[in-house]
Amino acid sequence: MSIDLQTVKKIASLSRISVTDAEAEAMVPEINNILGWVEQLGEVDVTGVQPMTAVIPNHQRLRDDVITDGDVRDKVLANAPQAEHGFFAVPKVIE
Amino acid sequence: MTDLTDLTVAEIRDGFRAGDFSAREVAEGFNANVAAARALNAFIVETPDKALEAADAADKAKAAGETLGALAGVPIGMKDLFCTEGTQTTAASHMLEGFVPTYESTVSGKLWAAGAGMLGKLNLDQFAMGSSNETSYFGNVISPWRRGGGDNAALAPGGSSGGSSSAISARLCPAATGTDTGGSIRQPAAFTGISGIKPTYGRCSRWGIVAFASSLDQAGPMARTVRDNAILLEVMSGFDPKDSTSLDLAVPQWEAGLSSDLRGKTVGIPKEYRPDGLNAEISAMWDRGIAWLKDAGAEVVEVSLPHTKYALPTYYIIAPAEASSNLARYDGVRYGQRDLPDGAGLQDMYAATRAAGFGPEVKRRIMIGTYVLSAGFYDAYYTQAQKVRALIARDFEQAFEKCDLLLTPTAPSASFALGEKQADPLAMYLNDVFTVPASLAGLPAMAVPGGLDSAGLPIGLQIIGKALDEQTVLNASLAIEERAGFTARPEKWW
Amino acid sequence: MTESTYRIQGATGEWEVVIGLEVHAQVTSNAKLFSGAATAFGAEPNTQVSLVDAAMPGMLPVPNMECIRQAVRTGMAIDAQINKWSRFDRKNYFYADLPQGYQISQLYHPIVGEGQIEIVLDEKNPDASKKVIGVERIHVEQDAGKLMHDQHPTSSYVDLNRSGVALMEIVSKPDMRSPAEAGAYLSKLRTILRYVGSCDGNMDQGSMRADVNVSVRKPGEEFGTRTETKNVNSVRFVMAVVEHEANRQVDVLEAGGKIVQETRLYDPDRNETRSMRSKEDAHDYRYFPDPDLLPLELDDAFLEACRQSLPELPDAKRARYEGDLGLSAYNAATLTADADTARWFEALLTEGARIQKKSEGDVAKASANWLLSELYGALNRIGKSLEDSPVSPEEGAELLALVADGTISGTIAKQVFEIMLETGEKPGRIVEEKGLKQTSDTGAIEAAVAKVLADNGDKVEQYRGGKEALFGFFVGQTMKAMQGKANPQVVNELVKKGLG
Repeated sequence: MSIDLQTVKKIASLSRISVTDAEAEAMVPEINNILGWVEQLGEVDVTGVQPMTAVIPNHQRLRDDVITDGDVRDKVLANAPQAEHGFFAVPKVIE
Repeated sequence: MTDLTDLTVAEIRDGFRAGDFSAREVAEGFNANVAAARALNAFIVETPDKALEAADAADKAKAAGETLGALAGVPIGMKDLFCTEGTQTTAASHMLEGFVPTYESTVSGKLWAAGAGMLGKLNLDQFAMGSSNETSYFGNVISPWRRGGGDNAALAPGGSSGGSSSAISARLCPAATGTDTGGSIRQPAAFTGISGIKPTYGRCSRWGIVAFASSLDQAGPMARTVRDNAILLEVMSGFDPKDSTSLDLAVPQWEAGLSSDLRGKTVGIPKEYRPDGLNAEISAMWDRGIAWLKDAGAEVVEVSLPHTKYALPTYYIIAPAEASSNLARYDGVRYGQRDLPDGAGLQDMYAATRAAGFGPEVKRRIMIGTYVLSAGFYDAYYTQAQKVRALIARDFEQAFEKCDLLLTPTAPSASFALGEKQADPLAMYLNDVFTVPASLAGLPAMAVPGGLDSAGLPIGLQIIGKALDEQTVLNASLAIEERAGFTARPEKWW
Repeated sequence: MTESTYRIQGATGEWEVVIGLEVHAQVTSNAKLFSGAATAFGAEPNTQVSLVDAAMPGMLPVPNMECIRQAVRTGMAIDAQINKWSRFDRKNYFYADLPQGYQISQLYHPIVGEGQIEIVLDEKNPDASKKVIGVERIHVEQDAGKLMHDQHPTSSYVDLNRSGVALMEIVSKPDMRSPAEAGAYLSKLRTILRYVGSCDGNMDQGSMRADVNVSVRKPGEEFGTRTETKNVNSVRFVMAVVEHEANRQVDVLEAGGKIVQETRLYDPDRNETRSMRSKEDAHDYRYFPDPDLLPLELDDAFLEACRQSLPELPDAKRARYEGDLGLSAYNAATLTADADTARWFEALLTEGARIQKKSEGDVAKASANWLLSELYGALNRIGKSLEDSPVSPEEGAELLALVADGTISGTIAKQVFEIMLETGEKPGRIVEEKGLKQTSDTGAIEAAVAKVLADNGDKVEQYRGGKEALFGFFVGQTMKAMQGKANPQVVNELVKKGLG
């Protein structure tokens, strides 16, 4: 599979990374090179193989339903580029 | 009087306890070295006051006859991927420039609780993505090593834990933390003539470490000796209920268990790690390693890991896929960089922020990860990669039916010059060819120096162990360390 | 099982409506799904947010057992397959209410598989109108935060208090065929959730909301293209959305147009749906298993404990009320439609049986009638719910016992009840203090009857002349003379005797 400029722009948009046309064009061969290389995985026979789910056998632990956190608004907002009245602020969203 | 900055962690710990010197003297010595080595660009932030504060606390505790922590009096460097409360944490990105965590990572917290002091936050490849420390927003880290014969080319300290490796080999700190996703502890250790261990996945908590690829990321120590690694690893490891993938197991006493007697152990030599065209000096070093382990009493057998050649492509699907999602949180809303062009809406702000905040390699991996997860491609790329990953893990399981540990080279070459491989991402990725398979299988693996190549640069060996068997990994590394007698150190030019 | 006959009459003939609901129900828990922050409604902005919920670098999720347990119990309550092995996936998209840049959900391996819910369309005739609606799956996922747009001229504000609260997404099959069925399904689902205790079902607080999938087709044809109307927050609105959207689609199709598969929004003020195309920009959620979490494996002991903890469910309870307690179908349905009502009724029943030393079956009818007519009527009048009723089940039972043992008459009981509502006094005490005890003293009653007959000689004549309807008049006058306290049966007998 080979990707074109259009696809690179679409991926950039899905990734929320703005790219100029020149940047996108430069990425086409780079990404194609890498994808072409990883595609050799297609030749591996994986019949009957389950995808890996946990690298080391382990089971998911579950927490007790106890309030142990929160009430740390200052810490939550401490690094915010824009925080007002206890909220994070972002450019107005039209829904 | 010996230079205190030449001492190992064990020597500092023991000398401090014996009263040979104060913790403050040690901290001052390393602080001075750090301040004098800015040419290496190993640190993003220096924290001499933190080092002194911990040292003074250790001296006071000792004077008061209190029980001392395992690392009392030992200053260390902290890779700037670990969130440190009150000290800027950037992952070497512009995105997180100015981010001051209000929390402490579990691993760094354990180190401080054991009495260690922080010399500073160490430079790295941006978001730990890179093998030469050339992707940092804060500039390249320079290896203290140079080729012989008057070649003054600036060399790569390896990556992503390049600040850690450079600082340790230049005696700016006796030990440091690293993180390893595909070789980020082991390859830089090999490039700079030091040791470093990536423990079994789940030994060290990932809580508070800026995530790159969750199913692969593991913290581990880096230091000049195997013993020092054992000491640090004991402190860094342990169950953390805040990390779902943390292993709920007691931490073994690895330092006490150190023994270079390998009688009764069988070492596997994976034949697929010796491809045609393997660097002759690397190959020769590997042979020497085999001889050393035999000398230590081990039996040596050839084993096969048939899917080895697929490990790197597998890694370069899974790691970017996870990264593309893990790095979605950097959006300019709650912390870090925000780029808000005039009249921009929310989604424009995201795109501008992320374009400005991420470096080219990070963007490349996010985009590859986004692509391989996107509709119509998920099964062909991601699901296939997770299946091949299962086969790679099965290869190891089958090999470990015949042996107790594996010996391989750590990296396909010694350090290279900065800029040499930067133009070609694929050539850079190939650096991790020997380290990635163990990462995919979550196995403990350690890099230990073996000697110098003909250019006078360190080359290392890698020991890979069974899951949870860090002890055998450390012991075999110790056997090599004792026999290699590696004492070379970079000549000071900085 | 009944086939719906709901049809939309179009210019080209009849159209059938096909409806599926995806219901988001907030799981009742103290703490969030993956963090220890509180879930309570109505807190100050960003005060119920942990560093995990704010997606700070390096923060990791650890699941809350209660949320898993509640999803399993809910699955069991709808007879669903419980998957002992399930997994969390990430749904990736960028939005200001989604701090991680992904929602942790379950796409590939949900915790609960196929189940079913029986609905009844006519409570008065339940057997004739039952229908089983299939449930495709239930999965557990994180709620998003909240955006506020009206606080600042150029900024939206983000409150993450809800971010990470556990939701169950309950996905029905496209089995509903009319607004009434959709409404009945949602009501029934809410009833079940409240019985189980896995969700409080408060739709006005957003604890439960439905995405309504609607399509239309000519009867017998393939499914048409569907639209999804998001976040509808009442049973009434769901029915309105179905009706409106189905008619809109018929209009579009009959005008030669095509239905676009899209997300729509319901505007209750104008009772219409409109397209949300702005949110449609090529979503590709890139689901993949969350590598921060391990597969969720549930053992038999856990499942057994979940099963043991289930209460009697509405269908079983209703059958028992009809069968064992002998209540009418309508009363049984009404009393079981809501877990709180059933709980109140059963407390009334238990206490009544205890103090009257009878079986619950013996006191059930009177208890049900009193609750549904007297108590409900009074609560309606004073604008209170059963939950904050001024009369407790114990007091109600005492009142009913006073009637049953003949201490007071039904008429006096009504008076006593009014006093109870006003004063909060116990019925026994009211009867005592106000001297409302009914008398069976035949002497006193005989005297009263004699006086009534004497005072109304003309009417006695008429009665004897064949105007038997006057019998009630004499009884009424006697009761009046006795101030209502006479035993009505005794009065009847004595009047009859007096007129002899």
